[in-house]
Amino acid sequence: MNLGSILLWGWLATMVLTTCLAASQGLGMSRMSLPLILGAALTGDRQRANVYGFVLHIVNGWLFALLYALVFESWRRATWWLGAILGLAQALFILAAVMPLLPYVHRRMATEELGPNPTRQLEPPGFMALNYGRHTPVATVLAHLLYGAILGAFYSLTPR
Amino acid sequence: MPSDPIPTYAPIRDYALIGDCRTAALVSRWGSVDFLCLPRFDSPSVFAALLDARRGGRFSVRPAGEFRARRRYIDSTNVLETTFEARGGVLRLTDVMSVAGEDERRGELLPEHELLRCLECVDGEVEVEVACDPRPRWAAAEPALRDRGALGFTWDFDGQLLALRSEVPIAHPARGRQAPPGAGHPGGEGVRGRETLRAGDRRFLSLASATAEPGIFLPLGDAAARRLERSLRWWRGWVAGCSYAGPGREAVVRSLLTLKLLTYSPSGAVIAAPTTSLPEEIGGSRNWDYRYCWLRDASWTLAAFFDLGFRDEGQAFFSWLLYATRMRTAVPAGHRWTPRLRILNVLYDVHGEVRLRERQLPWLEGYAGSRPVRVGNGARGQLQLDIFGEVVQAASEYVERGGTLDASEGRLLRQLGETVSRLWREPDEGIWEKRSGRSHHTYSKAMCWVALDKLLLLDERGAIALPAAAVRRFRGERDALRHAVETEGFNPRLGSYVDVFGGEDLDASLLLLGLRGWDDPARSPRLAATLAAVRGSLESNGLLYRYRPGADGIPGGEAAFGICNFWLAEFLARAGRLEEAMAQFERVLGYANELGLFGEEIEPQTGAALGNFPQAFTHVGLISAALAITAACGGPRRPGSAAAAGTATGGAEDVKGKGGAGAGGPSGTAGTAGTAGTAGTTGATGAAGSQGVRR
Repeated sequence: MNLGSILLWGWLATMVLTTCLAASQGLGMSRMSLPLILGAALTGDRQRANVYGFVLHIVNGWLFALLYALVFESWRRATWWLGAILGLAQALFILAAVMPLLPYVHRRMATEELGPNPTRQLEPPGFMALNYGRHTPVATVLAHLLYGAILGAFYSLTPR
Repeated sequence: MPSDPIPTYAPIRDYALIGDCRTAALVSRWGSVDFLCLPRFDSPSVFAALLDARRGGRFSVRPAGEFRARRRYIDSTNVLETTFEARGGVLRLTDVMSVAGEDERRGELLPEHELLRCLECVDGEVEVEVACDPRPRWAAAEPALRDRGALGFTWDFDGQLLALRSEVPIAHPARGRQAPPGAGHPGGEGVRGRETLRAGDRRFLSLASATAEPGIFLPLGDAAARRLERSLRWWRGWVAGCSYAGPGREAVVRSLLTLKLLTYSPSGAVIAAPTTSLPEEIGGSRNWDYRYCWLRDASWTLAAFFDLGFRDEGQAFFSWLLYATRMRTAVPAGHRWTPRLRILNVLYDVHGEVRLRERQLPWLEGYAGSRPVRVGNGARGQLQLDIFGEVVQAASEYVERGGTLDASEGRLLRQLGETVSRLWREPDEGIWEKRSGRSHHTYSKAMCWVALDKLLLLDERGAIALPAAAVRRFRGERDALRHAVETEGFNPRLGSYVDVFGGEDLDASLLLLGLRGWDDPARSPRLAATLAAVRGSLESNGLLYRYRPGADGIPGGEAAFGICNFWLAEFLARAGRLEEAMAQFERVLGYANELGLFGEEIEPQTGAALGNFPQAFTHVGLISAALAITAACGGPRRPGSAAAAGTATGGAEDVKGKGGAGAGGPSGTAGTAGTAGTAGTTGATGAAGSQGVRR
């Protein structure tokens, strides 16, 4: 595995993904904030949650880049469209499987069954994170397509 | 029982204001939130029944049958309490937009804004009805209403979320999670609820908003009670810093609290009013958007905060003022931008932005049919020369109260002086932003004189460093201005200063010549004569109009202008006519609503409030008049007044004399002890700063 390539392009792909998601928030397409959701699992302080969550989000980006690299290495092939397919798969998995599960594993997320309490107050995302706005799936898929495409296009396979 | 009939449009004076220093809501005496913009003052509305009773949207909580209502703010806070005396009992409604200090909100996930409403049945048995009809983006958006189970109801629109949680059972009538009660509210995509409360019952309703982030759903019950108590504690702590002990203390404190409500905490900006298009004449077209920051009362706003003991707010406002004027300038028609020409805009938004395009919302019928409803403000493109003096005077007031100016601020002020020197011979739209064309307004010229005079004073005191050539130029232009105003702005036939050079009309802004340091109202025969002429010409039923009705070129009329009446009280106080000043001050106070709030204008015959409400300008005038009367009563003198500063009428020697006399000005009234009184509740650092009201 090419660790330098993972670090470099993983970082760049994560930046692009983060920018896309932040832009979707700024443009009123989605209210999904992965830094807040991630950070709120660690602290109840909103400002700190955003900061911690942002750092976690970047680290996650690298970890996923590592996974993508493993796939590319196993296929012995890395192209932008293969990366994009991986990105699409990851986005759909997160939206359809992880998001609905989140209220049951996130310590500060409320549920529609029980309502909020002094600890659990964060809005749950729902299926495909549609609670955060109906364009959320589109923004999420688009951001992950770009993430995967960048990794696929620029990751250098280790020579054999 | 005789009931308060529910009008289609509540009288303007029947509104109260609550807010969280980022946005504010108007609540009618009938328990209805009729105006709220989110997420900040100048955002599009969520509730705007104030501007269209049928389409605008409201959030109403009140007894189901007949009732009478009385209201108050709890203690010295911005927490509103409305008591409904209904047929079967007494119901108390407490309204607040939640606020909290830095320390208290640390460790909590709180929504961006929360409108918290608490219903308590204090006697007997009362059936209450609830109706919540958000109509976002000036009733043009179509929000998606969803029943979120135990989380309550939510509305999604434009990337924002509104979440309503209620302990009164509510339902969407069309979907029928609970059988809808007989409504009595205009229909729409809202929710309804009805419940009979008995003595001792308490119910909370919480409307929270989120922009660009996941929503936060807050628990009700005791947790909501704690948020209410926390907000009360925050406001009590904040107002405890008020050092004022003169006449009309209650009115002054209410004005201060209103100014704080109209302050946008993240930047320190103070908006003129939280509403748009409340008419200056019912059914008329003088309907403007005041949800922005005007420079014309900058120095008074600054002095009001400082002199009442709120240095942090004064500092934050001054930082915003210099930030906005440094970063955003506009070039009025007929001028080309040059590096040395710094044209100030008439108004800015809370972050100093000047692109505030005015447009009309034809689908809204306007308050009581007063069309058009406008958002944005066309005055942004006007040239208003008096604001140069206003900004420099604010800097002078700031320095006199212990502030310091850095080199870049000094350069900015010098640029303003250079601009005044170049532009003062040109006509402008004047302080009232008339849309009838430009004229040579006497008050504008006098404020240009103030700008240069204060700059020279700041230079002499070492607060700024002006090059020798600039000093010579400013002195020359200042003297020329003095000559021009005294010759062309004074009408010998009337024996009075007049509104425009060579004119015959009077204008209440001429009273400001006695308040802005042009001359001493206690010694100037010209000012004394001008006072008499202004009163003779513009007074009706004891209230002053700002100018002769119809003189602004806009169809229709308007009422007496609130702040001008406080100017009159202040002028009388500075002229040494203390009894008259007190009588005038107390008489004008009588036109406030029962909560102590003033609008922009007062209808002389009925006392009705007109124009945007409540109006910071009027409340700033109230505070300034109260401080002047206190000083005239022998209390501490305020800096900046002609009497206190010994303002001269001529050249540089006079300026020197003034510097010595005024140097001791700020002591006493400002009372620097205990700024805001609550840990972490202030400390704004200007445009980029932050304050303790939670976000």
